[in-house]
This record gives sequence, structure tokens and C-alpha cells, in this order.
Amino acid sequence: CRVGLASAGPGSAAMSSGGTLSILRSDSYAELSQYRDQHFRGTRYDQERLLRKSCTLYVGNLSFYTTEEQIHELFGKSGDIKKVIMGLDKVKKTACGFCFVEYYARGDAENAMRYINGTRLDDRIIRTDWDAGFKEGRQYGRGRSGGQVRDEYRQDYDAGRGGYGKTVQCQ
Amino acid sequence: MSRRRHSDDSDAGQPHKRRRTSEPSEIEERLESLICRVGEKSNSSLESNLEGLAGVLEADLPNYKSKILRILCTVARLLPEKLTVYTTLVGLLNARNYNFGGEFVEAMIRQLKECLKVNMYNEAVHLVRFLSDLVNCHVIAAPSMVAMFENFVGVTQEEDVPQVRCDWYMFAFLSSLPWVGKELYEKKDAEMDRLLSQTESYLKRRQKIHVPMLQVWTADKPHPQEEYLDCLWSQIQKLKKDRWQERHILRPYLAFDSVLCEALQHNLPPFTPPPHTEDSVYPMPRVIFRMFDYTDDPEGPVMPGSHSVERFVIEENLHCIIKSHWKERKTCAAQLLSYPGNNKIPLNYHIVEVIFAELFQLPSPPHIEVMYTTLLIELCKLQPGSLPQVLAQATEMLYMRLDTMNTTCVDRFINWFSHHLSNFQFRWSWEDWSDCLTQDLEKPKPKFVREVLEKCMRLSYHQRIIDIVPASFSVLSPANPVCIYKYGDESNRSLPGYTVALCLTIAIKNKASNDEIFSILKDVPNPNQDDDDGEGFTFNPLKIEVFVQTLLHLAAKSFSHSFSALAKFHEVFKTLAESDEGKLHVLRVVYEVWKNHPQMIAVLVDKMIRTQIVDCAAVANWIFSSELAHDFTRFYIWEILHSTIRKMNKHVLKIHKELEETKARLARQHKRRDSDDDDDDDDRSTDREDGPLEEQIERLQEKVESAQSEQKNLFLVIFQRFIMLLTEHLVRCETGGIDVFTPWYKSCIERLQQIFLQHHQIIQQYMVTLENLLFTAELDHHILAVFQQFCALQA
Repeated sequence: CRVGLASAGPGSAAMSSGGTLSILRSDSYAELSQYRDQHFRGTRYDQERLLRKSCTLYVGNLSFYTTEEQIHELFGKSGDIKKVIMGLDKVKKTACGFCFVEYYARGDAENAMRYINGTRLDDRIIRTDWDAGFKEGRQYGRGRSGGQVRDEYRQDYDAGRGGYGKTVQCQ
Repeated sequence: MSRRRHSDDSDAGQPHKRRRTSEPSEIEERLESLICRVGEKSNSSLESNLEGLAGVLEADLPNYKSKILRILCTVARLLPEKLTVYTTLVGLLNARNYNFGGEFVEAMIRQLKECLKVNMYNEAVHLVRFLSDLVNCHVIAAPSMVAMFENFVGVTQEEDVPQVRCDWYMFAFLSSLPWVGKELYEKKDAEMDRLLSQTESYLKRRQKIHVPMLQVWTADKPHPQEEYLDCLWSQIQKLKKDRWQERHILRPYLAFDSVLCEALQHNLPPFTPPPHTEDSVYPMPRVIFRMFDYTDDPEGPVMPGSHSVERFVIEENLHCIIKSHWKERKTCAAQLLSYPGNNKIPLNYHIVEVIFAELFQLPSPPHIEVMYTTLLIELCKLQPGSLPQVLAQATEMLYMRLDTMNTTCVDRFINWFSHHLSNFQFRWSWEDWSDCLTQDLEKPKPKFVREVLEKCMRLSYHQRIIDIVPASFSVLSPANPVCIYKYGDESNRSLPGYTVALCLTIAIKNKASNDEIFSILKDVPNPNQDDDDGEGFTFNPLKIEVFVQTLLHLAAKSFSHSFSALAKFHEVFKTLAESDEGKLHVLRVVYEVWKNHPQMIAVLVDKMIRTQIVDCAAVANWIFSSELAHDFTRFYIWEILHSTIRKMNKHVLKIHKELEETKARLARQHKRRDSDDDDDDDDRSTDREDGPLEEQIERLQEKVESAQSEQKNLFLVIFQRFIMLLTEHLVRCETGGIDVFTPWYKSCIERLQQIFLQHHQIIQQYMVTLENLLFTAELDHHILAVFQQFCALQA
């Protein structure tokens, strides 16, 4: 006869006589955040539809020195990675502290949101969020100096992100 | 375009929905919320909350009875950690409304039958336990519960049924006794004694060949790794000896005794266990994981012994909490830490033990491995003064026992520990582990430290690792992950192919096309000139060597660079690696170039499979080849092999799904046609309509068969190579008179076990072939034992 893993089997939702409970359905880490990319071409509805079926995550608060290899190792823990695209300074074309991670399966991306978001890479708490999908050009920072917007106006000193924010540096 | 406000945009393109205040569903949500939340932290006592809720529900019964029934049945099934809270609630409702109590019991029985029919055995156990605790709440009459258990134990008398079926019914009976043993024994001691003696004789006669395959450690010290039914039986026997006194379980119904004992009880209808069918899939046997006992926390409360029923209940409940909240790590951590009885039991130790039990569970953990790492970090955040110390203690203990730990579990330990350290600046007292430095590097402890340091490096960078370990550990430090290019130095110019390599380098830097590369490679002599198969294309290892070495060297900067290179010159790769030997040689060269950077090897192999430069069988053969013998026991090799098998499995599933979807489309098309026109009998037009889909189905059918055959072949190759390798070792040891059990042998035989366990569902399809072709009686008994243990898992 066939044996199954103790917790395998059709999901509880398949039970016709009970269904499931909303407290057990809670999956707050995998939900959409409030952020919406303002440069997205299309309606908000289109954007949210894409976000809800996306396999791509935006990863932020990386150190400028974090490599594709490190990202691959960490994010590979939630599933097979299709592609990592490093975020680049538009002017210098060097890493500027963010990237995109695309998985083959959405379930793997969800697990990254549940278990890798909010943990450390290169000693920094990184943040992941759903992305509507990589398009050429989106790998560049949108700050005036070429990096990310957050590094333009930042007041604090962050050794992993070029020191002081650009505005502070120019003073 | 003007900036539209968020609210405007959200309506664009969406079908216009007006939210009706739908009362019924709101009330249902409210009821569900009330019921689910009872028992949580509150200003009032649990008893008064239960009393209040019972009142509310009683009042709602006339209008919402079926909804309330459904919600209560669902919490019984899905919130077993709050079992006694809900049985008390049902008890109170039954006392106020006898009919409702009867309907609830009937609904539960229906739900139980349905669970068993669809192989949801874990949830079925929760239902059985719930029913049995309802005896304590005066909802169900004890004799009828005993009668149900008599039918359960009766399953062990069935003939020609799998042992795992009898096991489940036995487990459902025994695991309910901590809750209801006392009551049942008081009412029906003779019957219970009979049941217990039947249990004892079943447990004595059942086979346990499968146990070694599921144990985390092969040693019995300091804690034996018991088979789950054996452990439970010991616990129940001890409970009986203690006259069924059980003090750990919270029993809110005790406070309501005066109300409940006035209630009329219901009899369970006679329950016949549904018969065994071909589609029945029973839970796999388990081994109980134990790593702590009361000596490990001498200052704190005493940890219940391994054969105490308290230990069983605590572990069950903690596992249930994880099962309920695995998606919500903060909630999960909070719920675990607020498990009642905090000051009477060393809760942190129980939690850590239960989490490691799941992480190390064989064949696989219940949840994705990374969840446990993050859960432990959350727990450390919530209990910064105590939990990290318990975790450090646990790590130390696991390290001490590495010599007898199953290789698969060591893999998981390596992954967990390195990932955990990366969240805490890699701080660890490495010097405490200096004992491993004097051992042979193949021994488990130094091997473990090496693999951990390598994984730590992957999450950071080489120099960081050199900095965090004492100088004495340099022998275990990972190699600097640099590329080895054999044509790099001028001193290598005597190597055959050197000039072509130079040529290629310049051409590729100048953005040469695939055709130009082909023409440069044409000049490479073939060292296998004599083996020309006369079919026009020959396997030329030197061509492969020069091309692959040069390209990988040029693209060494990052994964992305290497992937681009593979994509750009895909045509060249496909041609060079057309034959099986070609594929093998490509893999060999990849290894030669990147042997210092196992991570790069893994991602390149993955890409080459996905772009069909090499196939899965080639990877399997490469892993068992003599060139890789030096790295054979390294973790990354097995990660590559299992990843390869998984890709193969996913591929088969994908095509199968496509086939099913196309068949469904055809069926829908037929249905549409049948319902549409009764008068159009034009056969030709219907054939024309069906044609393309039917062709597609035939093509997909062929694709599925070919994929399944490739999948089977992959497993056969792997098993064959294992058998060859192990037999060689065994023969060598026997003729040399040396002990078989070298570290290499232990690793290898456990890797074979790992193949069986990790992919057991697929392999179960090949049992006949395996038995007749590979795992025959002539095989050395050491190897055959692994196969027999695997067969025993499903017997």
C-alpha cells in the first residue's frame, strides 16, 4: 500500500463538512504591502493583479557590497531561483543596495516573504516585497544622484550604503 | 497624465461591486471569531468566558444551528491544542440543549468517516480524541466510547491489511487515553483491561524493520530513539500504573462538574472502521525524537520523563501549535511561549526539542526548513534572556553526538546552524570545538565544521570566515572560491589546445558568434581519433575542454555573467555535448574550473539541465564518477543530486498536468457539442474539431511516457551506481579484513537511504523492478537491508 508523510494529504479546505477557519488562513507576511510602484504603466487594478500572481520579489536595504551569490544562497532556501537582478546606480552602474529575485513558483516566493523578509543578510535586516515583474530599466536607482531615492535624503551614516545620504554629502 | 488618486484607480477596470451589508455572513464571521478566540488571554477567567459563550451560542441556536455545528466540528478538527476548552463548551451546550448535543455527536461521526475516506488521518486522530474527551464532559456515555475503541483495536485482527493501517487505529485509541483513560477504566475496567492486553500482543507481534531508517541517531545513548507506538505504549502503561492520574492537561470542565453531571449523555452509534482500499494512504511510522531530560536544566522545573504521559501531551500540543500557525512566525512563537504550565515545566526546553524534532524528522520535516530557523529567531527575540542559552546548549549537544547522527539530519543541522549564525554576526565559541581539529577530516565532527564554515561563507564572503574562526581552524576553512583556468599562465603554453584557448578568448571578447566559435574549434585535434564512430560527429574531449574552460573563465565574475555565457553560446554547448560522453565531459570540465566554488558548480549544473545542455542521467553518472570520488561525501554533491531528481520529478508532473488539462478541454468540447445540436450529424466536422486536440493529447501522452521512462531510468542509474560503489567497498574490506564501518561507508549507505526516503512516493512505483533487477537476494546483506527497511515502511 502507499504511505504518506504524516502531514500530507488534501488540504483541510477540501473537507466539505467543515472548511477551514479564518484564524488559520491568516498569512500576513505574504500579503501585499501598501507600497505601489508609481512608475508602473497601467491601472492600479492591473498592478495589483500582477502583484498577486507574481513570482518576483523586490529586496531592499541591502549593503552595496552584498553579492548576487549571497542573495542566491539566502533566497535559495525558500525554493529554486529563476533569476537575480542586482539593482544598480544609474550613473556608476555599481550595486546600490536593492535587487529583484524571481522564482519559478509563486509558493516559493511566498515562503521567502514569510521567512526571509525581516531577517539578516550581511548583518542587515533586509526587506522583501512583491514586485509586479522586472522590466528593463527597473534595475536602476531612481534617486537624482543615481542611487536609490532613500539614499538621497538619508541623514544617518550607513557604512554599507555609501556613508551619509547624498544631500548630506553635498553640504 | 494627471495623478489619479488611489481610490479612483482601484475602481478602474474592476467590475463594479457594491458591498451589501450581508448580515448572515457577518454573523457567521462573528460566531467563528467568538468561538476561536475563547481561551485566549482575557481579563475574565476561562470559566466565565466559556459560560458566557455557551449562553450566546444557546441563544443563537434557533437561527444559526447548522453554522454553529460546522464551526464547532471544524475547531475540533483543526485546533487540537485547545481540545479541552471546546469539549467543555460542547458539554455546556449539551447540558442546556440535549438535542443539539446529539446532533453535534452525529456531525462529528460524519466528519470522522469523511476524514478516513480521504486519508486525512492526522485530523481524524484529533476528532477521536475530541470524542473521547466528550465522555469527561458527560456528552458521550463511556460504554459507547469503549465500544468504539473495541472496534478500533479489532482492526488488528483483520487479515491481509497493511501494518500501517492497524497502527493508525491503535494510535487513535492509545493517544486518547491520557484524556479519557481514567473515566473509561472507572466505568469499564474489564473491557479496558482486555483492550490493553490485545494492544500489548499486537505491539509485540508487529514488525519494526523500518525503525533504523527513521532514527536521527543510531546510538541509544543518552536517549533511545523509540518507535512512536512503543513509546506511547510505555507511557500508557505508566499511566495505568499511576492509576490513570494525569495532572498536566487543563480540564476546564472540572469547574462545571455540578452542571455537567446533570446532563443526559448520548451513545455513540456503532462505528465500523471503513475497510482498507487500494486508495488508502496511511501515515508513515515515526520515531520519537528526544534530546533533553531533567538533567539538562538542573535549576528549573523538572522535565517530565520520556515515558510520562505529560511528555506526550506537551509534545502533541506544541506540534499542533506549530501546525496551526506555521505561516505566521510571530504568532507561532507567541503561542508556543504562552503554552500553559509555564512554571511547572521547562517550556523553553520542550519548545526547542519539538522544533528540532520537526527539523530532523525523517523522511522530511512537516514544514519548509527555513521556517524553523526563522521561528527560533523569533523565539530568541521574545525570550532574549533564556532561549538563546537553551539553543546554545542544544547546539553543543547536537555537536557532541554527531558521530551517530544520520547524514540527512546532519545536512539539516549544517543548514540551520550556518543560517542562524549569519543572523548573529557569526558569533560562536569555536574554540570549544577544537577537539575536532585533531581528528581525521572525514570524521563527522570536523566534516560538520567544514561544511558549516563553507555555508557561512556563502552567506557572507571568504575573508569574513577567516576572521571569525581561530587560526587553528584554518585547516577546516573553506577554499577561496576562485576559478581555476588551466590555460591562464604562460607557463601552460605547452598544453594541447593552449593556442586555441587564446584565440577563443580574443574572439569571445570581440563578441564572436556561435559560428565563429565553431570554426575556431575546428582546428582542435581529437585525442580520441581512433574511436571515430564514423557517423560524422565524434566526441572530442579536448574541444570541450578548451571551449568550456575559456568561456567559464571569461564569465567568472558572477552567476549572471556565467548564465549569459551559457545562453549566448548555447548552440556550441548543445553540439559539443550531444553525446552522453560529451555531457559527462562538460560536467567534468565545469568541476575542474570551479572546484573551489561548489555553489557555482551547483548553479551551473542547474542551468545546464534547464537549458538541456546536459540531462539528469548525465549528472547522476558524473556524481558517481571516479573524478568526483574525492568530493563524494561533500554536502554540495548531494544537494546537486537531489536538486536534479526534483527537477526531473517536477518535469514529469508538469507534462502530466498539461495532458490532464488538454483531456479536460476535449471532454468539455464534447459536452458542448452534445448539448448544442442534436440534428447536425456531420461526422467529418466533429472529427475536424476534435482533430487538433486529439493530436495534442497523443503527443502529450507520448511526452508523458517518455518523461516517466527518463525518470525511472534516472533512479535506476542512481541505485545501480550506489550498489556498485558499496559492493566494491564491502568486498575490499572483507578481503582486507578491515572494518566495514568507515566514515565514508556510513555516509554512503545513509545517502542511499536518503534517496529512498526523500523520493519515496515516486520510488514506490518501481518496487517490482527494483526487487527483480537490482535489490536481489544475491546482494550483500548490508545493502539489501536498506531496501528491506524501505519496503517495511509501507508494509
